[in-house]
Amino acid sequence: MKAIIALEDGRTFNCRSFTGPGESWGEVVFNTSMTGYQEVLTDPSYRGQMVTMTYPLIGNYGINAEDIESDRIQVSAFLVKEYQDFPSNFRSTSTLADYLKAQGILGIEQFDTRALTRHIRKAGAMRAFITTHDLDPASCVKRARGISSMAGQDLVKEVTTKVPYFWTQEKPVYIGKDVPLNKNIWKYNGSKHSVVAFDFGIKYNILRCLEYAGFEILVVPATTSAETVKLIEPDGLFLSNGPGDPEPVSYAINTIRSLLSYCPIFGICLGHQLLALALGGKTFKLKFGHRGSNQPVKNLLTGRVEITSQNHGFAVNIDSLNEKNIKITHKNLNDNTLEGFRHRELPIFAVQYHPEASPGPHDSMYLFDDFAKMIRLKCQNALT
Amino acid sequence: MPKRTDINKILIIGAGPIIISQACEFDYSGTQACKALREEGYKVVLVNSNPATIMTDPEMADRTYIEPVTPEMVAAIIEKERPCALLPTLGGQTGLNTAIQVAKTGVLEKIGVEMIGASIESINKAEDRDLFRSAMDKIGLRIPESGIATNMEEVRSIAADIGFPIIIRPSFTLGGTGGGVAYNPEDLEKYAKAGLDASLIGQIMLEESVLGWKEYELEVMRDNKDNVVIVCSIENMDPMGIHTGDSITVAPAQTLSDKEYQKMRDASIAIMREIGVDTGGSNVQFAINPENGDMIVVEMNPRVSRSSALASKATGFPIAKIAAKLAVGYTLDEIPNDITGETLASFEPTLDYCVVKIPRWTFEKFPETQDYLTTSMKSVGETMAIGRTFKEALQKGLRSLEIGRYGLGADGKDFSDRQGRLPSLSEIEQKLATPNSLRIFYLRHAFLNKMSIQYINELTGIDPWFLYQIKQIVEFEQNIHKFNGAALPASLLKQAKSLGFSDIQIAHLTGTSENSIKKYRNLHNINPLYKLVDTCAAEFKAATPYFYSTYETENEARVSNRKKVMILGGGPNRIGQGIEFDYCCVHASFALKEEGIESIMVNSNPETVSTDYDTSDKLYFEPLTKEDVLHIVETEKPVGVIVQFGGQTPLNLSVPLSEAGVPILGTQPESIDRAEDRKLFQAMLKKLGLVQPQNSTAITVEEAVKAAEKIGYPVIVRPSYVLGGRAMKIVYDRSKLENFTRLAIIASPEHPVLIDKFLEDAVEVDVDAISDGETTIIGGIMEHIEEAGVHSGDSACVLPPYSLDAQTLNEIRNATIAMASELNVIGLMNVQYAIKDNQLFVLEVNPRASRTIPFVSKATGVPLAKLATKVMLGRTLKNLGLTSEKTPLHVSVKEAVMPFSRLPDVDALLGPEMKSTGEVMGIDSDFGHAYAKSQLGAGYNLPISGMVFISVKNHDKTAVTDVASQFHKMGFKIMATRGTSRFLENHDIPNIVVNKVSVGRPHVIDAIMNNEVHLIINTGSGEKTKCDGYHIRRAAIKFNIPYTTTIAGANAMCKGIAALTRKKLSVKCIQEYV
Repeated sequence: MKAIIALEDGRTFNCRSFTGPGESWGEVVFNTSMTGYQEVLTDPSYRGQMVTMTYPLIGNYGINAEDIESDRIQVSAFLVKEYQDFPSNFRSTSTLADYLKAQGILGIEQFDTRALTRHIRKAGAMRAFITTHDLDPASCVKRARGISSMAGQDLVKEVTTKVPYFWTQEKPVYIGKDVPLNKNIWKYNGSKHSVVAFDFGIKYNILRCLEYAGFEILVVPATTSAETVKLIEPDGLFLSNGPGDPEPVSYAINTIRSLLSYCPIFGICLGHQLLALALGGKTFKLKFGHRGSNQPVKNLLTGRVEITSQNHGFAVNIDSLNEKNIKITHKNLNDNTLEGFRHRELPIFAVQYHPEASPGPHDSMYLFDDFAKMIRLKCQNALT
Repeated sequence: MPKRTDINKILIIGAGPIIISQACEFDYSGTQACKALREEGYKVVLVNSNPATIMTDPEMADRTYIEPVTPEMVAAIIEKERPCALLPTLGGQTGLNTAIQVAKTGVLEKIGVEMIGASIESINKAEDRDLFRSAMDKIGLRIPESGIATNMEEVRSIAADIGFPIIIRPSFTLGGTGGGVAYNPEDLEKYAKAGLDASLIGQIMLEESVLGWKEYELEVMRDNKDNVVIVCSIENMDPMGIHTGDSITVAPAQTLSDKEYQKMRDASIAIMREIGVDTGGSNVQFAINPENGDMIVVEMNPRVSRSSALASKATGFPIAKIAAKLAVGYTLDEIPNDITGETLASFEPTLDYCVVKIPRWTFEKFPETQDYLTTSMKSVGETMAIGRTFKEALQKGLRSLEIGRYGLGADGKDFSDRQGRLPSLSEIEQKLATPNSLRIFYLRHAFLNKMSIQYINELTGIDPWFLYQIKQIVEFEQNIHKFNGAALPASLLKQAKSLGFSDIQIAHLTGTSENSIKKYRNLHNINPLYKLVDTCAAEFKAATPYFYSTYETENEARVSNRKKVMILGGGPNRIGQGIEFDYCCVHASFALKEEGIESIMVNSNPETVSTDYDTSDKLYFEPLTKEDVLHIVETEKPVGVIVQFGGQTPLNLSVPLSEAGVPILGTQPESIDRAEDRKLFQAMLKKLGLVQPQNSTAITVEEAVKAAEKIGYPVIVRPSYVLGGRAMKIVYDRSKLENFTRLAIIASPEHPVLIDKFLEDAVEVDVDAISDGETTIIGGIMEHIEEAGVHSGDSACVLPPYSLDAQTLNEIRNATIAMASELNVIGLMNVQYAIKDNQLFVLEVNPRASRTIPFVSKATGVPLAKLATKVMLGRTLKNLGLTSEKTPLHVSVKEAVMPFSRLPDVDALLGPEMKSTGEVMGIDSDFGHAYAKSQLGAGYNLPISGMVFISVKNHDKTAVTDVASQFHKMGFKIMATRGTSRFLENHDIPNIVVNKVSVGRPHVIDAIMNNEVHLIINTGSGEKTKCDGYHIRRAAIKFNIPYTTTIAGANAMCKGIAALTRKKLSVKCIQEYV
């Protein structure tokens, strides 16, 4: 079915929908991973975005029940060069088109995705409108200009869990409404360290990695207060990834600020940015972001290079953390942006990229063990 | 860590001659390494016996040894040069094996040479199947159930444990030589014995069969800080059971989810660490069970490989160059990514296109061997194509193969079109179930016959994803066909082009001509545009102009206002057209750079130096067809195109390009035609008073018989317009003539069959010359060692000539100059002459670069291809400083290297059909030593004592007595079959009689197997394929015993051995000769 992509700056692309009629809007971005489209689709950090895959053939290995990063598709629309409607893989249970259709997400193909990518690289990520209904370029461009901008929007509210849940055996287990949030909630007192994970749009694989690292994990809504956290008395605090601009998520920044010296904290992606803001740093919007599985990050502590998975449109200003008792631990080798830091005194560290991968390389999995060690050390010190 | 300063001189071992499984890719990797190391200020010492390589150009290394790549010679070079380090990972399996053997001699310790890149320990760990198995066990990776055997008893006992089918893999061989799949005990006996023989250490691995599993490769790089990156993933369309070199492969992997891909990535990194490849590139192969995703490790190569060359071209990440830099101490994050210019090498390339590699086979050259693909590689070359979809890339790749096809099908050139009938269902099933070189085309027939994807998958093991892509192409073909005779809608045409259909296919389907499709496209503005290979899917701006065509909306071609010239390369390697032509194209590019002209390279062969993005100002990785080349011309508008360097491929395009108004630089198409067209050529010779062997042409078998009778037998029969002597034969009687003419007409139906008088026992001479249109200078005169009748590409030759008198040489010079002038040659020209009874015959003239240009350039120190390029641009030879023929004082011998050990059942007799895949060069101060080096380089260690076995046809008996008597005088014992023995006896040459195979045991093969024979002289007509001589020649190949099938060759061997008994071989670099 014929469709059109209209960008806010007036450029349009004729294309086709492979999921039937529909309309969609949001910020259009590109991802350079050659595998992992199902993980991309379900990553809450893509809330409000229409994702173009730069690898042209997408859908090849179908859809399966396991490779999900949240309970639904999060992207607003999915853009590819040539959709593959005949998947082949032993785990595949359905086609990508059926998966998208079942959740009402628009799938777009048959256009010059490289041209779109280059356009974004040069002009920056921008708002776009896609439709199969009215193919008039001028009116579509107008619609694109009417979409609210990413910067200044709190998208976390759209993706965070409404109620707390335990992540147990690779599944969410919701706690009863009447169960009070306090230290008695933990089941493994002593035998497993406990972590409260703030859900700003958390990827399941982070929870899988935390569980694999030996934690008992309670996932809480983004709006959970510092007081509540203190009642729960976790051994550690985890700040998750999530969509969009960190600045408008001020409630979380405040919560984090009041928990800085409470217990060990580990942040990833948006969690990293929120932590930086809580520590007095500044964030800014990148021109077109980092989205892919091949981003080289140098670990300044070891001198080694990690190939990382990334997905962020905003970043922490590396200079804004100077003289804040912060040690820069990771840097992006492509553009020298900040990829990770540690507090010099408090047990706090964070990375901008995604050590949990999914999709992407496993080079940075050690960070989950680092978190476990940090908590162990803290607990031992508390005892002595 | 910055580069090391404790070393300054590094020895690189090259891969030697081009053979099946070791082609141009190691010239590409070696050249990159030389450049990378010298750029860093290191002194590079290089050894490689292959003169047709860019890496052996005198400017590429500080000290270049064109010497045999053997442990003894390399040790001698080490003694002489005393390098600080040895880099063994860039010269293929040959380089690696030689390095290990050199290390065993103790010379590295003695001189204090450090092995860099990979240690002996890690090489052994990767190469020795037993060590590899325990290494994999240690890191929890599965490899197939297997056992190591060193004798047949062990083989049988291990086989009983594993069960059939069993894969047999010899340890330490190239491209799986001697390997195979045994389905029953009978096969096991056969393949296991062959494998034990082929292995350098007499060891084979018997392995659980994972036939039909999906096959993947990962190209991995590691630096000394343990940073590891995956450069590229490759998925084989053909499943396990077909050597990866014989598989159609695709980059990146297509049917793996991220979870499965990351598991493979983790495994590759663990393997790199466990094997201990300190720095550099490696290739890891995996098999995946399509039913449940079970993963096993197939093998790991701790060096750059054919796949790493492919991965470099597929991604733009120069693995060999980076490997060289890592070997001297840099880390990945210290090396810039040349392609983007702004990022670093420590990242993983991401593709926004699909790459398809298709092997090029030459089964047509070896009718005796079955077109059947196994775990032992048989292809001689490959082509790569890039498209935005798999379908586009596949069809581009198929039309790049130089097999006369223009896509998957519907081009009027299918075997079914030739045979005038469609294959039957059972024929299709058989061709799908038994892997062969044409299987891809049979897949199309399967879909035309409505076979289901599931059924085809069961027959072939090819993943349904690939089958569906092919099905889509076939279905679209049917859509186009509906418009046969009607106007094709522009939208459909556009879609067809984006699926990779060529104009020829569309024209065939719609019943019109290629030109009218092109016109129609122009009318609707349906033209390809060019996208960049940029390593990063457009995330960063790319600095390097490396392009591929596609049908999209945004063009990224960067057309400059500079004066520019386009060079057409030679396409995939095949017998008759190999690295020599790529060498010439690269030199053309270098010359353009020197002249300040923008160079644009067009080629489709991923193994080559020409397709290195570093070689030319612009690289277009495209098929070499009229349609594809014209599109580039229309985009770039070069002042001219060079067609005379890439061999027959671009030469065939010269007329169509010229007709389309494209300026051809140098010798004009009319002249090329005048040399190729029999009648015009005869008229020219007549005008110049030159003689050619009596000849005639025939369109039918009857005409051929009549012509042959008039000329007199023996005659050479061949089709016109071919390269490498394809379908050419010497026939001695009428019935053979009739049979062969029929075949020749099939091979080239539009052209007449040529019948020439065959000059028996004539001396053949090759001449390369260069002309600026006014002056012609002889580049080199090469005397062939084998007599006329043996294809010039298969004959050894010597420069300067060793038996011709001054008068003959002058006659040759004058004839060459006269023809160059008559043909208005501007650039290079090659002439083949025969001399019989002091009369000079002109056999062939080719107004283009010949296969011998690199050899002549190395022998004389004159860069002919470079000079020829400048001449084509209008410079004069005088102006370039070339005023006279350079005759060197040293002797250079070129020897052909044959693929017989790879091709079971093929007779090793030499004839007019070219069969060699590569060449080596031997240089020394006298003929004997130079010849001995050429033999050693080609793999034959000439004995200086022992037993010579002689069995010759009657015609050669008189001639062989002289050779026999010389061997006798040098102290050799002589063994002969009865007829030859009696003849020698009568000439007072003592000898031992041995039974022919047909007489009874013990016979000559027994003697060969018992190591009693050290040299074999065996001539025969090759008519009865399974005769005694055939078995003797096959035994010689199997047991690697030096052999010759001609008297001339025997004479040369005799001289070589005499020289060796006088003085041992010594080494000298080419910089010392010039």
